[in-house]
Amino acid sequence: MKLPIYLDNHATTQCDPRVVEAMLPYFVENFGNAASRNHSFGWVAEEGVENARKQIADLIGANSKEIVFTSSATESNNLAIKGVAEMYAERGNHIITVATEHKAVLDTCKHLEKQGARVTYLPLMGDGLVDLDMLRDSIMDKTILVSIMYANNEIGVIQNVKEIGAICKERGVLFHTDGVQAVGKIPVNVIADNIDMMSLTAHKMYGPKGVGALYVRRRNPRVQISAQMDGGGHERGMRSGTLNVPGIVGFGKAAALCNELMATEMEKHRVMRDRLKAKLESSLEETYINGSMTSRLPHNLNMSFAYVEGESLLMGINDIAVSSGSACTSATLEPSYVLKALGLGDDLAHTSIRFGIGRFNTDEEIDYVANKMIEVVNKLRELSPLWEMFKDGVDLSKVEWTAH
Amino acid sequence: MAYSEKVVDHYNNPRNVGSMDKNDPNVGTGMVGAPECGDVMKLQIKVDPVSGIIEDAKFKTFGCGSAIASSSLATEWLKGKTVDQAMEIKNTEIVNELALPPVKVHCSVLAEDAIKAAITDYKKKAVAESVHA
Repeated sequence: MKLPIYLDNHATTQCDPRVVEAMLPYFVENFGNAASRNHSFGWVAEEGVENARKQIADLIGANSKEIVFTSSATESNNLAIKGVAEMYAERGNHIITVATEHKAVLDTCKHLEKQGARVTYLPLMGDGLVDLDMLRDSIMDKTILVSIMYANNEIGVIQNVKEIGAICKERGVLFHTDGVQAVGKIPVNVIADNIDMMSLTAHKMYGPKGVGALYVRRRNPRVQISAQMDGGGHERGMRSGTLNVPGIVGFGKAAALCNELMATEMEKHRVMRDRLKAKLESSLEETYINGSMTSRLPHNLNMSFAYVEGESLLMGINDIAVSSGSACTSATLEPSYVLKALGLGDDLAHTSIRFGIGRFNTDEEIDYVANKMIEVVNKLRELSPLWEMFKDGVDLSKVEWTAH
Repeated sequence: MAYSEKVVDHYNNPRNVGSMDKNDPNVGTGMVGAPECGDVMKLQIKVDPVSGIIEDAKFKTFGCGSAIASSSLATEWLKGKTVDQAMEIKNTEIVNELALPPVKVHCSVLAEDAIKAAITDYKKKAVAESVHA
């Protein structure tokens, strides 16, 4: 076993060596511009791109022509939301999203608000799911778009996407979903799930960084979006800019691998995750799972270790790469807005750790992580005045703290 | 963000972790911060009533590595000082000693507050004692 151990697969994933291998010929030999229509260099590049487009479309049950390549899921989210807001401005200006979306969605919505759009930010229920009745009630005549992520990047909670899509369809509202955490990890089908637009990225599914895609539905309904960059009119006019051919080829290969391995990996990661959870829960008291365990990505675990501050925990497990919902490092000192949206107190939000299991993790690593976590949590609790008070039976909610 | 060697050392080998009887008249207890803010420090001093010298100091901290290091360092500095000398400890000295980056300055402020709170508590008790006597 090699240290450090990478268990932060919601942030990014290792590029699969098979993906790198598929990309390599497109740097030196097949370096052509996919838009060059009059020589073989261009044709070879275009073939690589179209093959990748098909591989990605196959992974999500779409048609190749519905895949628009971008530079990242952030760009895809911007393109989808701003593109729809602009294209459908005459029909309405109301957008519905959720408080726990990625900043690429939230800040895009805020940007549109400044330009006069109206945005509803739905709260979450305690388990991290969107209240569908609340969604129904929020749709108005002027609503043009609902943007709700497929699965959350911190707590791994999977939304009832199919039902959300059905509600949108019934009300004639477009439905966009940020699919980056879900696609390639769990079955996603744009037809069955009633998705009109979906943002994707290669680097969350063992592909390279710097390449993303937006699925844009062509039938029932035909979705139109305004391009957000002017230029050569690539990607059927929706996204200008010379295509990142090696990146796209890698993205395609990554998608094909995920498609092939999905069933096996889902089960393998679920078993590893449950093993980690069981070990932690059996050895440590006062641990709390954040978000639903039933509607959750199989490779995600988000746990709070009460009375132990997250950043100090990370420092103690510095040979393990995970992330914390505590934000003592940032100037704001505000803990995770996702955890707060679940109704979690700041005290518990400060003690949370996110584990993201991936293709290259082993059982041995999981055991190492569990043991190390237990050791460090126990050590820090010995150091924690809050743990001492809790053990003495003090009700911490009744203490008058001297907040600073 | 990388931690300084001294912060790592205090985190790995925290000095003077523990608790003293807060009802002991010679013990002053300071508890500052709040769980919602992500740090709580408890710092205690035991003062020799005759010489006025701090003979022991203990801490417990819920917080990031820099908060743990700041309070651990504070207990080291407190021992052997008189109460008046201890009042002179400034957060900037802690910042310098531990090479804390700007985002962690609040940890040193908290440690200074904890020292002052512990001394205040001790003095309050001492006054109460002398009134009794």
